[in-house]
Amino acid sequence: MDSFFSRFKNPLVLVAFVLLQTIALAVQVQNNEVRGNEADGPRVSRLRHLTVMTVTPIERLLHGGNLNVRSVWSNYVDLRHTRQQNRDLQQEVARLRQEQAAFAEDAEQGRRVQALLAFKQQYIASTVAAQVIGTSGSDRSRLVYIDKGSNDGIRPDQPVMTPDGVVGKVRDVFPHTAQLLLINDPTAGAGVILQSTRIRGILRGDASGKVLINNLTADSRIKPGEQVITSGGDGVFPRGLPVGVITAIAPDPEHQPYTAITIKPAADLARLEEVLVVTGTQSTLPALAQQDADSALATASAKRAADLAAERLPSIHDDDAPVAPGAVAPAATPDGKPPLPIVPRPQPTLHPDKYTPGTTPSAEDLTPGAPKAGAPVKAPEAAKPKGEPQP
Amino acid sequence: MAEHSYTSRQELDQYAFHPAVTLLVPVAAVLLQAVLPRLWTRLIILDLPLIVVIFFALSPRSPIAGTVTGTFIGLFQDGLTSLPLGVNGIAKAIVGYIAASLGFAVDADNLVNRVAINFVFCLMQSLLLYLIEHFLVGNADAHLRPLYELLRAVCNTVVAVPIFFMLDTFRHRD
Repeated sequence: MDSFFSRFKNPLVLVAFVLLQTIALAVQVQNNEVRGNEADGPRVSRLRHLTVMTVTPIERLLHGGNLNVRSVWSNYVDLRHTRQQNRDLQQEVARLRQEQAAFAEDAEQGRRVQALLAFKQQYIASTVAAQVIGTSGSDRSRLVYIDKGSNDGIRPDQPVMTPDGVVGKVRDVFPHTAQLLLINDPTAGAGVILQSTRIRGILRGDASGKVLINNLTADSRIKPGEQVITSGGDGVFPRGLPVGVITAIAPDPEHQPYTAITIKPAADLARLEEVLVVTGTQSTLPALAQQDADSALATASAKRAADLAAERLPSIHDDDAPVAPGAVAPAATPDGKPPLPIVPRPQPTLHPDKYTPGTTPSAEDLTPGAPKAGAPVKAPEAAKPKGEPQP
Repeated sequence: MAEHSYTSRQELDQYAFHPAVTLLVPVAAVLLQAVLPRLWTRLIILDLPLIVVIFFALSPRSPIAGTVTGTFIGLFQDGLTSLPLGVNGIAKAIVGYIAASLGFAVDADNLVNRVAINFVFCLMQSLLLYLIEHFLVGNADAHLRPLYELLRAVCNTVVAVPIFFMLDTFRHRD
């Protein structure tokens, strides 16, 4: 017996190690199935914690050093472009304000309809900005590490995004760091809607790092180029966040009769630097967003009023404007000169009163608060809304 | 003057490492593996911990040492991923064992042998990982992408050769 163990010592050690790990693997897989999610049990979590605590402090140091070098570069070199960039951004802000004003009215109408239907919309209330400091180091597991953890209010299953779109969700949280599971990981998933067709689907990653919807059957309405947004139905991602654009639609040979709809994520998952972790949502529009919406609505109303007035008023002719094809040119005067533009003039006043233009004395001649000499004192009239026509 | 007398190939080529090297090199490999893809995403194709497992298995020529080293480096690597603990642990334990056993038969200091060993073991690990993910973890979507795995093996071999020469400087005879 002794000679058996000494003779087969090496393979026995291998078998023991492999067997132990296989049992541990089976227990983890079974526990995950029982819990119905991919979260680890307490023991596995402790082991992961140990590994992460060994690696992330060094990653954080390296990331800090990298940031310092890059900040020196950006301060001394990239600053040259700041002025032009600022001008471009100001122009973009102005353009976006116009767009926002155009959309504000529709959004307000949408909110009224949602209120009527008692629809619970979730708005992003608070976010925490975080830096990506490391990766899993494996192409079988698409996750990254961020420099914020439970001490910063990060909790598991919180959605993570960039200004471009959805990135993923928080998987595991440690005191000063957190694991972020990207949407292109095979274990990730999200409820989505195709923006124009309003078809709902489930998004998931595949082994090669692509983002797919593979629970929809063939539909001629689904076309490449269509925007995909979150549906809010998964209980993780708030509704309406941009996810990406459909790039390809093909039959899925492994999941017939479904199609594999490939999506190009809106956020660049390969080059993540800063991300926003959504730490809180609310059913009403946040105060700042409400202010923006109100100002956009006011701008939209003013624009609409100006458009209406412009439609009713006689148009001003632009002499330099090209003549539209088919339009009849105005006839020239007998002396050969072009006709003068018609300027509307007010009709002569039949019964002049104190409101008639020209009858009000100059402001320099008036004393604030002094009654007009010889004028009878009248009771003050009720305030009229601004802009209401006087009798 | 002391005279060494070697009676087997194992004794002839057996090397040892300072405990600090044995500890720090695997940690550095896992750390670099996590950090390098942040600098350039395509570097995710590398598997530096695998290269370290092969090196540490070949040098002492002890299958038990190879198995233990492979297991711990693999588990350490699993700890940073979303995969269940043991996926890389099992694969690297087997690779470590076979690499150490192979070390008896071939000259591991020969450049051609090193290239061949790294290429073959990289492919072997890809196959093992696929089998583990598909059959043990039960991931039906796990696929073996032959071309990608070939490319991975080539890239790892190219990187492994200079790393092996660098790590040679840390070893000493027992």
